[in-house]
Amino acid sequence: MTPQVRKPTAARMALRTAVILLLFVVVFTSLLAGAYLWTRPAVEAAAAEEKMKSISEVLPGELFDNDLLKSSLRIAPDPALGLEDESLAYQARRGGQVTGLVFEAVAPDGYSGRIRLLIGVGVDGSLLGVRVTQHKETPGLGDYIDPRKDRNRERPWIRQFDGLSLASVPEREWRVRKDGGRFDSLAGATVSPRAVIRAVHKALRYVEDNRQRLFAANSGEDG
Amino acid sequence: MISREEFAQIRNNGVWSQNTSLVQILGLCPLLAVTTNLVNGVMLSLATILVMAVSNVAVASLRNLIPHEIRIPVFILIVAALVTVVDLVLNAQLHQLYLVLGIFIPLIVTNCIVLARVEAFANRNPPLQSLFDGVFMGVGMLWTLALLGGLRELIGAGTLFSGIDMVLPGVQPLQLLPADYPGFLLAILPPGAFILLGCLIAWKNWIEARMAARARRPGHRQTATPAVADGR
Repeated sequence: MTPQVRKPTAARMALRTAVILLLFVVVFTSLLAGAYLWTRPAVEAAAAEEKMKSISEVLPGELFDNDLLKSSLRIAPDPALGLEDESLAYQARRGGQVTGLVFEAVAPDGYSGRIRLLIGVGVDGSLLGVRVTQHKETPGLGDYIDPRKDRNRERPWIRQFDGLSLASVPEREWRVRKDGGRFDSLAGATVSPRAVIRAVHKALRYVEDNRQRLFAANSGEDG
Repeated sequence: MISREEFAQIRNNGVWSQNTSLVQILGLCPLLAVTTNLVNGVMLSLATILVMAVSNVAVASLRNLIPHEIRIPVFILIVAALVTVVDLVLNAQLHQLYLVLGIFIPLIVTNCIVLARVEAFANRNPPLQSLFDGVFMGVGMLWTLALLGGLRELIGAGTLFSGIDMVLPGVQPLQLLPADYPGFLLAILPPGAFILLGCLIAWKNWIEARMAARARRPGHRQTATPAVADGR
């Protein structure tokens, strides 16, 4: 017979497990916090670089000599841009003169949800470039709106927008060819391009309506 | 340490006889959503291998400290914390790799394979064995998802390796079927993944049934292999 071991009471057992669980929580939470603090500078730098990279796709390099990420202005949520939260627009300047604007817009009516766009507009109101930054369109079908997924490498679909403006394309032509407009689309996958075209058109009108504020030379605070 | 037989058994369990996708049928949500092409399937598996190896070793090392009654919350805590740390460190230190694997890592947190292996294997075995279990379970997932993704991509779009240029810049995807192949949408959508996964499971069962039949044939000396014990 082993000497009698005092059986722990239920309360004692519960207390013991609770303390052990608490210790695990403390140790792993500090591990998380440590990893977060240690990696934060590098993660932020990478995110800024990422952002600059996507901005540079819709804004030709010769148009600006300022630090874009520091020349931002706030844009209130506006249905014309499809945005539900406040967002930032970046002013491109060259020699102090405003040359263009980069901002975000959302097409709410994609085939499967919202399509986020980054749009560059010149001071003359013409599109410098459009890029899809986030979407859930069907892979292999509607996702050609993203040039990285577009099988036409020479002339991706999204580049049709380059250089267009409200002045050069009449209202009724902001549609896919199938609906009587001027934009190409792939057969069987017209929902995604329709959504993008509508969103870009609305965004251009928004810029037109807010020219004064968006292109004002002193509205962005330079760092 | 680890004996040769033990290693072989862990390897066979992971790669074939307890294959996560074909036998345990675990982690179907990311599997169905991600395997629209071969490259995605491989990338998800690589991220899973990394996470399973790390979490299996961590749990195996701490297994004697974890009271039985609260093991599940502690496992979840450990796995979630480690996945987040892996995510952060990859983002900060290996950013190029993160751009490729990054979107898959959050999918893994919700993947029950990780928790299943921790509970079934790492909880009762030493760290080295658990490391191999995590890696080989992941390798089993790797070939299955590569096969499933490759089939879906080939049937659905007529290509192979699309998206490879994100991983290896300059490498072009293969166009296997004629360029005017209209595509077969069902293969790309989740129902197609279910159907193909069903076919793969049937194929595996067929191979095993054939092997069993051959072993039973008269004149064929049966080597007594004990049924593989699984930790579940």
